[in-house]
Amino acid sequence: MSTATTEPVLSYDEALEKFDPVMGLEVHVELNTKTKMFCGCATEFGAEPNTQVCPVCLGLPGALPVVNEKAVESAIRIGLALNCEIAEWCRFARKNYFYPDMPKNFQTSQYDEPIAFNGWLDVEIPAASGDGTEVFRVEIERAHMEEDTGKSLHVGGSTGRIHGAEYSLVDYNRAGIPLIEIVTKPLRGAGERAPEVAKAYVATLRDLLRALHVSDVRMEQGSLRCDANLSLRAKAADGQAQDDVPLGTRTETKNVNSLRSVERAVRYEICRQAAILDGGDKVTQETRHWHEDTGVTTSGREKSDAEDYRYFPEPDLVPVAPARETVDELRTTLPEPPAQRRKRLQADWGYSDLEMRDVVNAGAVELIELSVEAGATPAGARKWWTGELARRANAEGKGVDEFGVTPEHVAELDRTVKDGRLNDSMARQVLDGVIAGEGSPVEVADARGLELVQDDDALEAAVDKVIEANPDVAEKVRSGKVQAAGALIGQVMKEMKGQADAGKARQIILSRLGVG
Amino acid sequence: MSSLSRDDVAHLAGLARIDLSDAELDKMVGELSVILESVAKVQQAGAEDAPPMSHPMPLTNVTRPDEVRPSLGADAALAMAPASELQRFSVPRILAED
Ligand SMILES: [Zn+2]
Repeated sequence: MSTATTEPVLSYDEALEKFDPVMGLEVHVELNTKTKMFCGCATEFGAEPNTQVCPVCLGLPGALPVVNEKAVESAIRIGLALNCEIAEWCRFARKNYFYPDMPKNFQTSQYDEPIAFNGWLDVEIPAASGDGTEVFRVEIERAHMEEDTGKSLHVGGSTGRIHGAEYSLVDYNRAGIPLIEIVTKPLRGAGERAPEVAKAYVATLRDLLRALHVSDVRMEQGSLRCDANLSLRAKAADGQAQDDVPLGTRTETKNVNSLRSVERAVRYEICRQAAILDGGDKVTQETRHWHEDTGVTTSGREKSDAEDYRYFPEPDLVPVAPARETVDELRTTLPEPPAQRRKRLQADWGYSDLEMRDVVNAGAVELIELSVEAGATPAGARKWWTGELARRANAEGKGVDEFGVTPEHVAELDRTVKDGRLNDSMARQVLDGVIAGEGSPVEVADARGLELVQDDDALEAAVDKVIEANPDVAEKVRSGKVQAAGALIGQVMKEMKGQADAGKARQIILSRLGVG
Repeated sequence: MSSLSRDDVAHLAGLARIDLSDAELDKMVGELSVILESVAKVQQAGAEDAPPMSHPMPLTNVTRPDEVRPSLGADAALAMAPASELQRFSVPRILAED
């Protein structure tokens, strides 16, 4: 299958001039329970294939599923955090389909009786005026419980891509892992901000789920996945309300597995559908696949042939009827709402509005909070996450949390700088090592022999040597031009091969020249 | 409809990938027929006024604690499959990405 076929697209500005986008976002989140939804198999990520399977999740005859109580609890907490109503009584349903990623030939899900429904989540996006933020309310249709599917590996064929595959190999470790599917109502009125709103929604949801401690929410590992539905409708005529214009045909883009991709995929679909409609053709209702590398979506199977799932109530499971007291009790375990929390943290950390916005945009609020908990200074934590790591993340089109650098690493790195063991440039080298998987910051620094020279005699000797070699500069400093010391510090650092504490060097220079 | 032939049972066993000896086949023909006849009695019940139900017992909230239990092990799991490779179940090619 070739992904190089490029379909015509309209420029974003032209697309928005002519059409109004309507989005729907479906997010699947894998819960971080120890066991699967309906059996006691472990849920470790990256285990050897088919080592976490049993008669229940393999769908062997006679095996009986039993619901994981922790998963139900997490589902209710997610529903409450999304301001949903919690069902008094609901059932599971079988979603039948013939596809080997589920060995049972059906997925146990919920159909018309979701555990949570009718909620909302406020997301903040930078204000159009460029000053402050504005809030966009995303209405939540439902959040329901289901189970994840197995993972397939496609073998053979000329290109190695799926359409050429001759057979597939399936690992059922993931089959049966508890999944919560969160579905929005159609998002209207975002206009040109639609791609940003989509990204902000997924980011806010991710932060919320992380704060609830119900999931690892690692998009790169697939524990948070987003499908983006998008349709375009004509711009309202003069005097007509936009919502009186009927909705267009939608596509469902799958495989959108990073925050940046959510924004890009929505943007691309707007431009692609606009070109089709602008040319007088019809959008095909279908599933589309997002390609991170080329930044386009390509046609998957047409939706219509997969629509008939013959849902029926799961006879092997009894209904879930959460007692109101249980729901009230779970409500008390909710974390504070993200926006409120951000305000509190900003005050605690002493960040400016601009600094906080960078932190939020980098998706680093939680990471900084954890880093500070692990002992980093707020300033240090911010510097690493929104500086060096955000720079790399932007360059590589990744999230800041996708380099294998943990909050504990950042705290350790910050400590080594504060303790005077490393200077900034050494710390950056250490970070390289951490990203390369060489270990923790201290381990990397040890292995690479990175350490500031703590030997004051050596530093003093270097200072004396540099002062002697630069009598003019030294004289300037002596006469009160303290800023001239910078040139001397640079030379001392060079003399010390970078392995000295610049602050200390400055101190010694100034005291030697009688101005310290 | 409730009479089941020996060929029917052999066919079903084949679909379910269960090996049955001739003796077992004979036994299953009789047992499965009895089961079918019993189930067929449900059709005689006057169901007009009865609301549909999805479960025979008036139970709710049957759950288990989130505690890991031993899995089957890959060897045992794959031993049931007609084909496997790389410790995975080998299936006819499928067309969509997971
Ligand atoms: Zn299992």
